[in-house]
Amino acid sequence: MTADEAKAQLDERVREMMTWHFSEETGCPFWLDWKKSVGWDPREEVKSYDDIVKFPHFQDEWLRDEKNERFVPNAYKGRPFNVFETGGTTGLPKQRVGWEDYKHDYEQFSEQLSDEYFPKGGNWIMVGPTGPRRLRLAVEHLANFRGGSCYHVDLDPRWVKKLILRKELDQVERYQAHVMEQAVEIIKHRDISCIFTTPKLLASIGERISIAGHGIKGCFCGGTSMTPEYVRFLQEEVLEGKALFVPTYGNTLMGLAVSLPEELKENDYSVTYYAPQPRAVLRIVDPEKTEITKDYGEYGRVELTTLSHEFFMPRFLERDEAIRRKPHPKYAWDGVGDVRPFGALTSKVIEGVY
Amino acid sequence: MSAPHIPILRQGRVHRSLDVQTVPKLGTDEAAAEISFACADMIKYDLHKMGQAREALKKFSCEELVAITKRAGEIFLHDDLPVGTEGAMQSPEEYVLALASTSGLPHALIRMNMKRLGGVFADIDLIFRGLSRGLDWAVLDKGYGEQSGAPVSFSATTNELAVILPSNSPAVNALWIPAIAMKVPVLLKPGREEPWTPWRIIQAFLKAGCPPEAFSLYPTQHDGSGAIIRRAGRVMLFGDDSTVKQYENDERIEVHGTGYSKFLIGEDEIENWEKYIDTLVESVSANSGRSCICTSTIVVPKYGDEIARAVARRLAEIKPLAQDDPEAKLSGFANPMFAEWINEAVEQGLRSDGARDATAEFREGERFQTRDGMNYLQPTLIRVDSFDEELAIREFLFPFASVVECPQAEMLGKIGFSLVVTAVTRDREWIEQLFDCPDIDRLNIGNVPTNRIKWDQPHEGNLFEFLYTRRSFQIAEIA
Repeated sequence: MTADEAKAQLDERVREMMTWHFSEETGCPFWLDWKKSVGWDPREEVKSYDDIVKFPHFQDEWLRDEKNERFVPNAYKGRPFNVFETGGTTGLPKQRVGWEDYKHDYEQFSEQLSDEYFPKGGNWIMVGPTGPRRLRLAVEHLANFRGGSCYHVDLDPRWVKKLILRKELDQVERYQAHVMEQAVEIIKHRDISCIFTTPKLLASIGERISIAGHGIKGCFCGGTSMTPEYVRFLQEEVLEGKALFVPTYGNTLMGLAVSLPEELKENDYSVTYYAPQPRAVLRIVDPEKTEITKDYGEYGRVELTTLSHEFFMPRFLERDEAIRRKPHPKYAWDGVGDVRPFGALTSKVIEGVY
Repeated sequence: MSAPHIPILRQGRVHRSLDVQTVPKLGTDEAAAEISFACADMIKYDLHKMGQAREALKKFSCEELVAITKRAGEIFLHDDLPVGTEGAMQSPEEYVLALASTSGLPHALIRMNMKRLGGVFADIDLIFRGLSRGLDWAVLDKGYGEQSGAPVSFSATTNELAVILPSNSPAVNALWIPAIAMKVPVLLKPGREEPWTPWRIIQAFLKAGCPPEAFSLYPTQHDGSGAIIRRAGRVMLFGDDSTVKQYENDERIEVHGTGYSKFLIGEDEIENWEKYIDTLVESVSANSGRSCICTSTIVVPKYGDEIARAVARRLAEIKPLAQDDPEAKLSGFANPMFAEWINEAVEQGLRSDGARDATAEFREGERFQTRDGMNYLQPTLIRVDSFDEELAIREFLFPFASVVECPQAEMLGKIGFSLVVTAVTRDREWIEQLFDCPDIDRLNIGNVPTNRIKWDQPHEGNLFEFLYTRRSFQIAEIA
């Protein structure tokens, strides 16, 4: 696919989603009411992705303050939905409803995985936040889709964040050790080929056992930002250069942005992620004037637009910043590189707690 | 010459990080050094392997390591040594310039600190014996032996001594140097603006024949420091009172905090106060007042105003000068904000009616000064009416002290914790009370500046006892 073809595909997707989400038969009460309140019709005004700036930034508080039923598209009315949560240390967390999106996202992701390192039929283990998170079902679906089963070890990041805020770092270590004990037991005694976990948990498992030495060939990792040095450490030392490290960037609201694991070394372990276009689009924007897209090679804030039939979310400003990178022959659209917490150089952010 | 790249050392093995940060020459955009930063998890991994580093050191006898340390001292002071990863060499004079460019320290002060460090290297045998109370080093080589006719055995409490170093005082490296002769590897986290001294000391040890495995150097961020503090077997760190409080019940951690060192003049000597002005000025201003062993409170039974004026007049002669001026004794602040915060804290204390800046009438200009792109605070002596004043017992990173009057009989009840106390007196009874006072860590009787310390006695803890524990043992014939 060329960049022009990718753009045409995305523009077509935008038009399709405008029709879907702003028509009475298929749209959800939230967006239909919004359309009435602003007095313009996105079906008329938004004809391409460039027009998406006509929308204001999606506020994730809406996912806490609005009832979930208001996000159910009329086309899905009457179908029970999954509720997936994001964030939340105290109070009501933000929630997103869904049906099949996570399956689509992870089946699409599966196509990017190497069969050599993520063998079909191999079993998986997921070590990380499960509970009400989309990831819990998504990773198991990925394992099943590839013909394997999935073991789970849970970690509650909300509790970890509370411990960190209280400066109870010993408790953090003890809780992490508790999680690790469970993970290590499963890895040692069951046939596992693939793992999903977060970078810090991966390193923590690697402190206890040889991950590659216990038969794990591929590691799909996500959750926090990673410096190139940290990525190199994980690939060359934690995974001993034997298992493949596959960094991803994503969340409950987007799905999965993929990287180019086979090119990590030649890129000095600087990770560039490509959104699952046209289902979701990442744009690097000027934090002060968010309608402006930054130039290639420049840092800016990450803006996400999700364009699925189940969920429309225009211009959500992520709590991350990244470098705008050029399209790649494999992914003919912009990438986002060296993701780090927004304002990382000027403020203290609790990030990467697990 | 381009800026040298200071790498991570993992048991002596050079590791160039992909996370590289530049340390600029103060007041310029020019890079003084590039520094490789380590991620926290790498340090955690490496800590698991520190037993190998200790094994490498154990192949040497203590006597050999003492000889190596002595040689390293000469090399540190006089030789050209590698700096960075590109094969460049650094002369002692270039070391002075490099450290001055990032730390703000005057060249004269750096040379004084070098000499001090040289003294620790040279006296390592005396220091080792002093800290171990005359232990025959062969006991550590063999594992057991005799001391004063009694059977003794010592086992190491750790495979590494980790040190979180500050940026503002190269002399603190003196604290870890003896660990090598004691067969304990070091794991150092340098201050951001001061990679130079630990690096040079390590290079000197290597040239003297020490095994590289004994040295790990991890420039790192807060999370890396946290990993070291939580994971290492023994940790030395530097911090304020809150840091001391945080770790007071953790036997693995020795915090070197504020010293609140004091200079006391007894009632029997107070009429001779003029004889002690030189010592008082040195005690307050040595090392630009940055050491915990510098006097921060002067306690006298009378003549408080006169003593404050006399000391203030002399302190006011210490001015910000060019860094390469041989007379420069005042250090600029590497972090320019520090000077502003400290000045504000002093001004806050002076809002009280019971505190007066005795230096104000003698010094040129305001306390806060800028010169050559750096912020300075001119020496300050505060005359306070009582110990209740906010500035009576305070310690700042510049030559600062208060003068307070107090009857001799009440002094020991009021001084509080004091890392060093110099008491000028011949009063036998009071001297006994001073020796018996639990608030005093180091005690000098007589006209001794508080900043002059001997390393063969414990300083904020005994390094040997920190690194070794005595074990009971019996050896019987096997039937």
